[in-house]
Amino acid sequence: MNTVVSIGVPAWQKRFKTGHSRSVQWHGDLGTADMNRPTGVDDGSDMRELLRAVGARRDIEAYEQLFRHFAPRVKAYMARTGGNGQQAEELMQETMIAVWNKAERYDPAKGAASTWIFAIARNLRIDAFRRERRPEFDPDDPAFVPDDVAAADAELDMREASEQLHHAIAALPAEQASLLKLSFFEDQSHSAIAQRLNLPLGTVKSRMRLAFDKLRAALARSGDVS
Amino acid sequence: MTISHHISDDLLLSYAAGSLAEGWSIAVATHLALCPGCRRRLMVAEGVGGELLETMDEDASIEQSWASVRGRLQQQEPGAPAVAGTSGRSGGLPEPLRSYVGGDFDNLKWRPLGRGAYQIPIKTGDRETMVRLLRIPAGKPVPEHSHGGRELTLVLAGSFHDGTGLFARGDLEDADASLTHQPVATPEADCICLAVTDAPLKFRSWIVRAIQPLLGI
Repeated sequence: MNTVVSIGVPAWQKRFKTGHSRSVQWHGDLGTADMNRPTGVDDGSDMRELLRAVGARRDIEAYEQLFRHFAPRVKAYMARTGGNGQQAEELMQETMIAVWNKAERYDPAKGAASTWIFAIARNLRIDAFRRERRPEFDPDDPAFVPDDVAAADAELDMREASEQLHHAIAALPAEQASLLKLSFFEDQSHSAIAQRLNLPLGTVKSRMRLAFDKLRAALARSGDVS
Repeated sequence: MTISHHISDDLLLSYAAGSLAEGWSIAVATHLALCPGCRRRLMVAEGVGGELLETMDEDASIEQSWASVRGRLQQQEPGAPAVAGTSGRSGGLPEPLRSYVGGDFDNLKWRPLGRGAYQIPIKTGDRETMVRLLRIPAGKPVPEHSHGGRELTLVLAGSFHDGTGLFARGDLEDADASLTHQPVATPEADCICLAVTDAPLKFRSWIVRAIQPLLGI
């Protein structure tokens, strides 16, 4: 698996990145995040390979790079979804330790490293802040109906899909993008978002649907996600 | 087996974001266990979360956190091996629902609901939903029930039809208060389905309870 495919990076960023190796030092590169900034670190395929290295051989250096990239983001996510500074720090550490412990189970066919880490952070947040459980399906359950696409094809599809998704989100109209952000980062139901924005619930739902339609349309080439 | 009624976008996005209440989430997650197509849609929705995570503001001071986490990793005991063995079978009740009801189809503790129908109430931590497993006798209609809001019905065995179509294993019906329907189990077998509804408003005062029908709440 030596083919280098950049995921989620516009063509000009790929050019910018040419020649960078994974061992690049980016300690000085932790300024303010900006969607369009050529960071040299938010290349999804790099993160994917780092996560694989942690899963395959407990590579602590690969893990440190993942940590330096994701820990501040996960902490900001925890702070935004309800935690104070200390809780956010604790939940971030729990998340990153889970990343180390569960890395073997990361399946690149199921999406980008950021997607996988987001899901871990989200579940720990629900455990910590809500008096509810998060029900999830179990792929090892005999009653589970397995995927109908060969795994290798699926991974190729997801690599394309990650890139398409990145562009599609950047291209969303502001009102749709901000609704998605509220939904993912403020832990609010669609009706709470509607109240807060003083919009009818139907409008919130139809904007969400529009946004999701656009994202899915962008992905239509990379697999059946209809 | 082809599933023809799937999870709506708003439920899927809320589930991916982690803001969907537990009751609705049981129906969503159990449908996902049966539907590879919706799992691909979930990957897209969770991908949105991943992309948005990438855009979070960064906090530059993580040296201390890194030192602390590295230390914790070194002190970690090797993890206990995962507990193997789940009692499920192909075609049976899927997880996560099976754990919620505490068994598979052949060892469920049904409670009579009248007219040959049975139910198993399911406890959740949320206050927003009411969740139950229903068994409707073959060829019979679902007992009359009213709900002021949303109702999700996931078929697990047998099938039912109503004015809008036929629902078989894995199909998820998403009905709001505007839909008036009379589901009827098909004649071949009892229909077992998971029903999730908005919890009805409960009032302490008997006066309010008494006039609830008049108020339409």
